Amino acid sequence: MSYELSHLRELEAESIHIMREVAAEFENPALMFSGGKDSIVMLRLAEKAFHPAKIPFPMLHIDTGHNFPEVINFRDRRSEELGIKLIVASVQDAVDSGIATDETGPRASRNRQQIPTLLDAIETHKFDALFGGARRDEEKARAKERVYSFRDDFGQWDPKAQRPELWSLYNGRIKMGEHIRVFPISNWTELDIWQYIAHDDVAIPEIYFSHQRTVFERDGMLLAKSEWVDLMDGEEYFEETVRYRTVGDMTITGAVESDADTVEKIIAEVAATRKTERGATRADDRSSEAAMEDRKKEGYF
Amino acid sequence: MSEILRFATAGSVDDGKSTLIGRLLYDSKAIFEDQLESTAKASEKRGMEMDLSLLTDGLRAEREQGITIDVAYRYFATPKRKFIIADTPGHIQYTRNMVTGASTADVALILIDARNGVIEQSRRHSFIASLLRIPHIVVCVNKMDLVDYSEETFDEVREEFREFAMRLDVPDLSFIPVSALAGDNVVDKSTNMDWYDGPTLLSHLETLHTASDRNMVDVRFPVQYVIRPMNDEYHDYRGYAGTVAGGVLKPGDDVVVLPSGFESTIKSIDTLEGPVDEAFAPMAVTVRLNDEIDISRGDMICRPNNQPIVSQDIDAMVCWMDETQSLSPRKKYSIKHTTRAGRVMIKDINYRLDINTLHRDEEATEISLNEIGRISFRSTLPLFVDEYRRNRETGSFVLIDEATNSTVAAGMILGESAG
Repeated sequence: MSYELSHLRELEAESIHIMREVAAEFENPALMFSGGKDSIVMLRLAEKAFHPAKIPFPMLHIDTGHNFPEVINFRDRRSEELGIKLIVASVQDAVDSGIATDETGPRASRNRQQIPTLLDAIETHKFDALFGGARRDEEKARAKERVYSFRDDFGQWDPKAQRPELWSLYNGRIKMGEHIRVFPISNWTELDIWQYIAHDDVAIPEIYFSHQRTVFERDGMLLAKSEWVDLMDGEEYFEETVRYRTVGDMTITGAVESDADTVEKIIAEVAATRKTERGATRADDRSSEAAMEDRKKEGYF
Repeated sequence: MSEILRFATAGSVDDGKSTLIGRLLYDSKAIFEDQLESTAKASEKRGMEMDLSLLTDGLRAEREQGITIDVAYRYFATPKRKFIIADTPGHIQYTRNMVTGASTADVALILIDARNGVIEQSRRHSFIASLLRIPHIVVCVNKMDLVDYSEETFDEVREEFREFAMRLDVPDLSFIPVSALAGDNVVDKSTNMDWYDGPTLLSHLETLHTASDRNMVDVRFPVQYVIRPMNDEYHDYRGYAGTVAGGVLKPGDDVVVLPSGFESTIKSIDTLEGPVDEAFAPMAVTVRLNDEIDISRGDMICRPNNQPIVSQDIDAMVCWMDETQSLSPRKKYSIKHTTRAGRVMIKDINYRLDINTLHRDEEATEISLNEIGRISFRSTLPLFVDEYRRNRETGSFVLIDEATNSTVAAGMILGESAG
């Protein structure tokens, strides 16, 4: 008998440990659920951490209103299956009540508007810990973020004043009004996520698999035709066989040309790819070298 | 063989650490085109050729100042293993970051410039690696291309390092002559050093045996969370969730629960996939016992004939991590040890260590930022501890300032205080 775990089982154990730690030490945690593969895996890990009891915290979705319909259906189905509460904080409501302002023009997105919406939801529901599905391999600012990422009264991240994090000892002490963002899958890579989805037979929304879609090309990305984006000069719609590597708003998430219609084919594709998922498919991370760091400082996921 | 290998590197810009990591990542295809492009762009903006350190230096302040401030975690995989790199700055003012990176590492990668031999920084990194009980140290004698790939130079550096390492506690030490820049012996075997018949760095990391590093003897199960579904299907279910910190647990085993001392036997070890026949570190499972005992978070399940030290008076080595205050006797802090939380008072500073010379200053009255020393403290409630060298999980703790909530110290337990 060899006392060794596969890499997926070791990553899983670490994530479960983190989630139980949060459930034990915080009054009012919630799991941020976007409907993307990372938050889906995180939800599956939460299911494992507390089995046979129900997950002891609600799901929180920051709803921009610009979602893929498949993803919203998936979200509703999962919360029902697990019997846990789904809290939806809507960017539209935040815009209507004046907390957030919509961008205008053909490049308008609701990416930044998620920040005030999220911070408002945290205040309203008095969340003291929020699980996020961010991974350190995604982006260079994230590579330096703690598993327990401390946020002040304004929800801000201060990269220079991060608490040292050693062994598997996490410091969750906060004062009233502060909170911790917790990233239980920090050490997973995109490939790990896909291997886990295959290994555990985790259900994911259809848009991750190859399908036909009406798209247009902008900045080297294939964006989907939707009611929220207008074409600019020289752009035109065409049909393409695509799939999504990440799931964000329809306005900023690019599709990749792909015939991968099974998880196994996706794994082969991810293993061979030479571009990161965010670099290839996310307009929100392309604006500057420090785009992610700047948004995180303001309270982004 | 364990599929995940965590290794820590420490170093400053000019010792070639970034180039070495860059090469490992690039040659194992873990660097992507868009990352390379954005690094090339950023390098160009600074009037430089490709600067691989910009790949790892993720924060704006780091790029602006051209230094690594914090621990960066990097990932790559080969068909044999998944690697997690804790990449830390090497300068003495970042000792706390090195300690942080070292706390979870299986392997410490120490870089030595073949032209300079063992310098103060290499000694410091090696000491931290041994203090944090990193089981394997791999010394890369780098820039071999600049010493004409000389076997004699390599041997000299190796002997110099060995002599120094005899004063440390290093279970496994190996040496590899490399040129990170030229690629010799990093991923591909060098054709310039026929005299070296050992493995390349990557192949050494891929095959390093880490199974015996974990404690499989002393059963330690800190209870993290009590699972009580309280629904019709699992009406009387009461499970103790936690991560195995040592030993192997099996259904039927006799166990004792600390601090109560009540004994029972393991009824089952549960996971969502169903019960398992045994659990070992670092598995996260749920244990059920055959008797109804009052157990809560912070309790410890172990074997009656093999129990940890139960004590309120502990001796430990600490690394101080807070810039706003120092550690001194009579001060009080919160402690987090396994899943147990309590308060401690510092009783005594035994000595402060000069981490460059290993000289012990027994007159020291405080331990400040980035300093390491031996202390004794008293805790308000008994802790269930093992010597850190015997178990990194039950032998480690952090101290937290109760006013600022900052993590101020990392501690490694030596044992119960004498007298």
